[in-house]
Amino acid sequence: MRLEAENLSARRGEDLIFRNVSFVLQAGESLVLTGRNGSGKSTLLRVVAGLLRPEVGRVRWHSDTSDSGMRPSEACHYLGHRNAMKAELTVSENLSFWKTFLGDFHGGHGLTVGEAAEAVGLGDITHLPFGYLSAGQQRRMAFAKLLVAYRPVWILDEPTAALDVNAESVFTSLIKQHLTGGGILLAATHQPLGLENAKELRMQGFAGVAEEVW
Amino acid sequence: MTALLLRDLKLSVRAGGGALIGVLFFMTVVAVIPFGVGPDLNLLARIGPAIVWIGALLSALLGLDRMFQTDREDGSLDLLLMQEHPLVLTVLVKCLAHWLGNGLPLVIASPLLGLFMNMSEVAIGATMLTLLVGTPALTFIGAVGAAVAVTLPRGGLLVSILVLPLAIPVLIFGVSAAYAAVEDPAPFMPPFLILVAITMFFAVLGPLGAALALRTASD
Repeated sequence: MRLEAENLSARRGEDLIFRNVSFVLQAGESLVLTGRNGSGKSTLLRVVAGLLRPEVGRVRWHSDTSDSGMRPSEACHYLGHRNAMKAELTVSENLSFWKTFLGDFHGGHGLTVGEAAEAVGLGDITHLPFGYLSAGQQRRMAFAKLLVAYRPVWILDEPTAALDVNAESVFTSLIKQHLTGGGILLAATHQPLGLENAKELRMQGFAGVAEEVW
Repeated sequence: MTALLLRDLKLSVRAGGGALIGVLFFMTVVAVIPFGVGPDLNLLARIGPAIVWIGALLSALLGLDRMFQTDREDGSLDLLLMQEHPLVLTVLVKCLAHWLGNGLPLVIASPLLGLFMNMSEVAIGATMLTLLVGTPALTFIGAVGAAVAVTLPRGGLLVSILVLPLAIPVLIFGVSAAYAAVEDPAPFMPPFLILVAITMFFAVLGPLGAALALRTASD
C-alpha cells in the first residue's frame, strides 16, 4: 500500500502556490504539513484528494488488492474545514448516511454509528440534530465520519480546530490506532498532533508569483 | 445510492428544505390569475392549462439553485465527488430526489389549481399527466444550470436564466398536449410523445452535463 505524489504543482488563479512537491507514504506512515497561513497546505491536500487539478505532476495509489484503474481519491477520507454534515439531520442519520454511501474500502471495516460516536466521546447525543451541537462537538462528529467507513488514507485539514485538549488527545489516539492498523495519514496542522516519527513537510507558499512552470 | 435518495428527500421536507416553498409559490402564482383576469369563466378555462404550466415551470425553476449548493456549502459535495460511484449516477439520484421533493408536489397540487381556473375534468387530467411527464425534464435541465452556477454565492437567478431557453420546448409541448386533449381537431399523442422524448433525452444528457460541470467547477 503506497501513496505517491510526483512533482506536484498547483495554481490558484494566477499564483503558483507550490511546485515540485513529491512524497511517498507507505502503510503506517504519516506526513504532517506545516507552514503559515496561505502557504498552500489546504491546496496540497485538495490536490491529493483529487478535488483540485494539479498544474503538473500526479498522485498515485498503489495497492495489491485494488485494481490499477482507480483514482487515488477513492482510497481517501477527506476532512476539510467544513464538516460535510447536514445541520437538519440528526447525528445518527448523518453518520449512517455516510456509512452506507461511502462503503468500506478493500481490506477493512468501518465501525457502527454507535461505536464511532462512542470513540469520539459523544455516544449519548447521536439523537440530536447536528445543527444543535457546539462547534467542537460538530468537529468530533465529523471525525467520527472517518471511522464509520474504512479508508486507508486519511487526509485531514486542521483536524483539531475548535477542539479542547481532551478532544485533541482523543483524536491523536484515534490517528495512532489508524496508523498502527496500516493506515496512511496526511494532515495539515498548526498544533503538533503528538505523533512519533511523522514526516514533516514545511510549505513555503508562493513558489513564484506568475512564474511559469514549464 | 438509496441512502443518498433518502437523505435528500428527508432534507427537502425538513426545515429549510424547498419542497413546500415551491408548492406555495405555484399556488400563489395560479391563485392570483383569476383575480387579475376577472370572472370570465370561459376565458379562464381557455387559458387554464397554459397558466398552470407556466406556474409549475416558474416554481420548478425556483428551487433549482439549491440542488448542489447546499452540499457544497457544508463540504458534502467534496465527498460525493471523491467516491468510486460514477458521478453521473450520483447526479441522477440527486435529480430524482429533487424531483420527488420539489416536482412531484407541483403535479399533485395541479388539479386543485385547475379548479381555480375553471378547467374541465379532461383538461385537469391532461394537465396533470403532462406535468407528471414534463417536470422531470425541467429538473434534469436545471441540474446542469445548478452545477454550472454551484460556485456562485447568489446563483439563483442566473440558474433560471441559463435554464429557461432549454425549458421552453418542455413548456410548448406540455401545453400543446394539454390543449390537444380538450380541443377536438388536434391529436393528443404526438405532442405528448415528444414531451416524453424530451424528458428521456434530458434524463441522459442532464446528469452527464451536470457531472462534467461539477468536476471542472472544483476549487
